[in-house]
Amino acid sequence: MADAVHIPDEAETRARWGAFAWTAENAEQAKKVIARYPAGRQQSAVMPLLDLAQRQVGADTQTNGWLPVPVMEYIADQLEMPYMRVYEVATFYTMYNLAPVGRYHVQVCGTTPCMLRGSDDVFSACKNKGLVKGGTTPDGLFTLSEVECLGACTNAPMVQINDDNFEDLTYDSMSAILDDLAAGKQPKIGPQIERQTSCPEGGPSTLKEMVSENHDYRGDWA
Amino acid sequence: MSDVIAPLADKDRIFTNVYGFQDWGIDAAMKRGDWDNTKKLLEIGQDEIIERIKASGLRGRGGAGFPTGMKWSFMPKESKDGRPSFLVINADESEPGSCKDREIVRHDPHKLLEGALIAGFAMRARAAYIYIRGEFIYEAKVLFAAVEQAYEKGFLGKNACGSGYDFDVFVHRGAGAYICGEETAQIESIEGKKGQPRLKPPFPAGAGLYGCPTTVNNVESIAVGPTILRRSPEWFASFGRENNKGTKLFQISGHVNKPCVVEESMGISFKELIDRHCGGIRGGWDNLLAVIPGGSSVPLVPAKEIMDAPMDFDGLRALGSGLGTAAVIVMDKSTDIVRAISRLSYFYKHESCGQCTPCREGTGWMWRVMERLRSGEADISEIDMLQQVTKQVEGHTICALGDAAAWPIQGLIRHFRPEIERRINENKGSAPVMEAAE
Repeated sequence: MADAVHIPDEAETRARWGAFAWTAENAEQAKKVIARYPAGRQQSAVMPLLDLAQRQVGADTQTNGWLPVPVMEYIADQLEMPYMRVYEVATFYTMYNLAPVGRYHVQVCGTTPCMLRGSDDVFSACKNKGLVKGGTTPDGLFTLSEVECLGACTNAPMVQINDDNFEDLTYDSMSAILDDLAAGKQPKIGPQIERQTSCPEGGPSTLKEMVSENHDYRGDWA
Repeated sequence: MSDVIAPLADKDRIFTNVYGFQDWGIDAAMKRGDWDNTKKLLEIGQDEIIERIKASGLRGRGGAGFPTGMKWSFMPKESKDGRPSFLVINADESEPGSCKDREIVRHDPHKLLEGALIAGFAMRARAAYIYIRGEFIYEAKVLFAAVEQAYEKGFLGKNACGSGYDFDVFVHRGAGAYICGEETAQIESIEGKKGQPRLKPPFPAGAGLYGCPTTVNNVESIAVGPTILRRSPEWFASFGRENNKGTKLFQISGHVNKPCVVEESMGISFKELIDRHCGGIRGGWDNLLAVIPGGSSVPLVPAKEIMDAPMDFDGLRALGSGLGTAAVIVMDKSTDIVRAISRLSYFYKHESCGQCTPCREGTGWMWRVMERLRSGEADISEIDMLQQVTKQVEGHTICALGDAAAWPIQGLIRHFRPEIERRINENKGSAPVMEAAE
């Protein structure tokens, strides 16, 4: 708990977010989400609603979003659950930001498979662009976090920036991605080398027919 | 190792669109054979489907390797008190090294959905919840869209595939917690709570999601179901060795020339797997140091032991390790092996849910000592102390996270003790002090 962030709940936070309410579109979406769960089990919707709220806050503030306390209270009211149960969920899962983040949340994976393939270089690239782990750049553009395995290990090292994965990184390609984002350009998503998803570099060792056509292998079944 | 494992032919690969060269959408998937007269598969009958899955020898692909058909058979055949049953599909793939379910979900989602219907029908479930990890944002978008497509075609929902059986599939996104891959933590999370594992019993098949009978299965275990029924259990059981049947998605990361995900026959030797699909070890086979063959939770295996080992549950257990999710992390001689394992210790410290004291306190303690071993500032006696503490964490927690945190360290000490001692001695800046004989 020593590394727990300070959770802002000051007068300014309340003044800014006390009147939080869904946009019309998100109100619709919230209803759809709650309908996925059996009647009386609306608490199940707390995770998707927190995600939705974080996205709405992000859109409002031109950042990747966070969860002010009054927003959590709003969700608790809607789901008829005690605020503390919402707060517990928001603090348990790492994807909920409990304090404001920048326009881009740069989440570099540092777990062993990425480490073996050079995540140190990715961190160096971030550092040399002025990004500091756990902090936001003064221009409000980048927040850097080290995250645990994001499940793209055959495309290591990788980073998730907002909703997009950038994979098979090097010092240079990571630097280029940050430059592009700072210049308002959209970098190419996915592997940064010539490679189709998790296929071996240079072309598949199996299922080669699939490269050029939607092959149906059932004809070969004995 | 009496059986020789023949190379798997393309026609026997289940996940033909694993790399996403082709469209994941329902029309393209149907051209590849998904949702092909699923009604006929359902007409096999609930108990007979379970029997055939049992006969195929399929063992759970999420890491533990429990026989899938047997798991399904634990579900109640009729509801005596009106409670519905649920199927939960675990797509929380968070084990360092694992990245196969991601490929199924984003490139072959209809295999998963068809499998969900068949498994759900066989175990008499009312609905399936697919729990996908929060960081799979694009993958979840694909999955939501695929579910919608299947409903539009009438394959899911009321009278699914014209079978007369009503079955719904819902997608639930996680939000970043490794522990939610544990089945009861996952159930808690779907119920809208912190993902802390439950004490068992009661087991989920008796009281799981919302207190109802529930089975939790891995994505791959569910997605291979329809192909097994179409091609026969004998076909599936013709791959691999006794008790370790079928095909499997391997994920090879780390120091190989071409890391990749690939479907192969269970029991393929490590060397063949790497040479055939990954372009060999970086710097050649002499440069191999050690391998973590089943995701971060299993102990590492040194180079000379892994080379000819069959990659399956029993073959790797014989080496004191495990197949886990078949997430193969390869390390060459440039690796700082103590750092590599210490980073895993940090991972477990970060992901401990904090419920059980041995794990909450132990994972942090073990990581701090691992860092001392890494830098060499520890004392030689701390190696044994660490070993002892891992034994005190292992087996003393509600779920297996405590075990998973202990095993990699035990593997390191077992195989690389001289390397740890070398660092400590070098750090002291003097030759090791020999103890006098008594």
